[in-house]
Amino acid sequence: MSDYLVQFNNISKFFGKVIALKDVTMKLRKGEIMCLLGDNGAGKSTLIKTLAGVHKPDEGEIIFEGEKIIFDSPKDALDIGIATVYQDLALVPLMSVTRNFFMGREPLKGPPFLKTFDIEKANKIAAERMGQIGIDVRDPSQAVGTMSGGERQCLAISRAIYFGAKVLVLDEPTSALGVHQASVVLKYIVKAASQGLAVILITHNVHHAYPVGNSFTVLNRGKSLGTYEKKDISREKLLSMMAGGEELDKLEVELKEMNRVSS
Amino acid sequence: MSIKSKSIESKSDFNQDERLKKVSNLKILLNRPELGALGGAILVFLFFGIVAGDTGMFSAYGILNFLDVSANLGIIAIAAAMLMIGGEFDLSIGSMIGFAGICIAIPAIYWGWPLWMSIIFAFSMAVLVGYFNGILVVRTGLPSFIVTLAMLFILRGATLALTRLITGRTQVPGLRVLIENDPIAWIFATDSFKWVFTWLGSMNLIALRTDGTPLATGIPPSVIWFIALAILTTWILMKTRYGNWIFASGGDKNGANNVGVPVGRVKISLFIGTAVAATIFATIQVLDAGSADTMRGTLKELEAIAAAVVGGCLLTGGYGSAIGAAFGAIIFGTVSMGIFYTDVDTDWFKVFLGAMMLIAVIFNNYIRRKVTESK
Repeated sequence: MSDYLVQFNNISKFFGKVIALKDVTMKLRKGEIMCLLGDNGAGKSTLIKTLAGVHKPDEGEIIFEGEKIIFDSPKDALDIGIATVYQDLALVPLMSVTRNFFMGREPLKGPPFLKTFDIEKANKIAAERMGQIGIDVRDPSQAVGTMSGGERQCLAISRAIYFGAKVLVLDEPTSALGVHQASVVLKYIVKAASQGLAVILITHNVHHAYPVGNSFTVLNRGKSLGTYEKKDISREKLLSMMAGGEELDKLEVELKEMNRVSS
Repeated sequence: MSIKSKSIESKSDFNQDERLKKVSNLKILLNRPELGALGGAILVFLFFGIVAGDTGMFSAYGILNFLDVSANLGIIAIAAAMLMIGGEFDLSIGSMIGFAGICIAIPAIYWGWPLWMSIIFAFSMAVLVGYFNGILVVRTGLPSFIVTLAMLFILRGATLALTRLITGRTQVPGLRVLIENDPIAWIFATDSFKWVFTWLGSMNLIALRTDGTPLATGIPPSVIWFIALAILTTWILMKTRYGNWIFASGGDKNGANNVGVPVGRVKISLFIGTAVAATIFATIQVLDAGSADTMRGTLKELEAIAAAVVGGCLLTGGYGSAIGAAFGAIIFGTVSMGIFYTDVDTDWFKVFLGAMMLIAVIFNNYIRRKVTESK
């Protein structure tokens, strides 16, 4: 049934002889948070870029609101409402909150050919939007550089939502953040999902993903190890799956052995 | 609470946050990039006011003199500042000045073109050179420092070689007679507000020549261009979408691209801007002197960049102001002229220029840290 907002069916991507992704399938409903977990080199970046329209999948199909679609460029993905927030956030630290919020999509006013950047309106919207997240933008003309990492992340997400995202792809939103900051961002992600967005949260941190996710897809060496609903899988199982559980088990045995020998 | 929030609401309607500390106007001013240059300009005026106040430097004639020099530098400094905010450099400005000069003089004198056609020809060449600079930088991803350094040599060399080839010499005189009755040349060659000076002269408020006409005849065209450009560019930076794109392109090229800013187009347009500004500079000078010289504008690119830096532009892009560069140019112009009115040897001007720039860079660096530091 297609009560799914977006489906990625059997996506494969090859770079020459290298198989970067093989048969990855993900399905998302509105209001759902899917966490995409994987260790370094698992193919997360390739998958994100495929979702964002940077890469075209070599096999498989993307179905959005029941229709099959093909992205020719990142703009196509953005136009239908798949917004990707990369790790670098596309924020300029020296520019103000407002100027960053509307970067590339500035509201205009005035007569044709003499249109000016409607800064009053932009300030108002930016302050409003940041206020809704509970972020105290003391002054929307302050530089983004003065904000904390979590606030910047929220600004980037909030910007994507304001400009019509239906599916939000978040690339490691909590990786550079402390515990408190990370929880602020995660709270905001849950709030965004509760307003009807579908969120794909890419992370290698199970402890951040498990509390917020509805379902979990584990990537390993370019292949999906399956998608699990939260009720079907425990945090420990997830952790061992993504880190290559056997490897850790083996390590534990070896350590025990070493201890036994040395004692 | 009610009193506090009222005072905020009256100031701006968007922020009802009572946690907002009321920021004094002074603090807002302190965060502006042009502050250093404004302060510097005031200091310079104070200094010469004290040292050279009674020497005629601040007579109408003296003021117009140093304003003219400042304005000429300012025209290219403003364009250089815009480009620097956009994250690039143009070292070919000085060579472009020489090139534009002969683009006007050779067709007008040797090929018999009307002057206005030569001027339009020079501006068309400027657009081409700027576009070429821009497309090279954008397409190759090479540092603009290197690309425009190459253009510095190419343009200067071509200017010399072509001029000698066509005219057999390195200067092209004889333009002055062509200015009269030309439909375009007056834009670059006419003093404005002459009536004010005539009136001031008749009231004996300003110095007169022996024949009774005032010594200072009017506001030179460079000053009018300078003021107009300063207003236009400041408006663009602060109030337009294109202005936001300039800051974004210089601040984070990839980020800007990712959110849909046409970074390449913005940068190319800014390179065209510096070449066109160099041509405005050249046209004013050529028409004022009545001749073109292949060596005109040598080292001007560095002075323009120095003025932009003193005006608060960061070398890394994304921050700065056009009005700051204008103040930077005023500082340099005033000192370079004012030094004649003091007992100081003029050789010291370059020392001053360098020291000013060093102080400005250190100051700017501090400001940048301040602006971007987390609370």
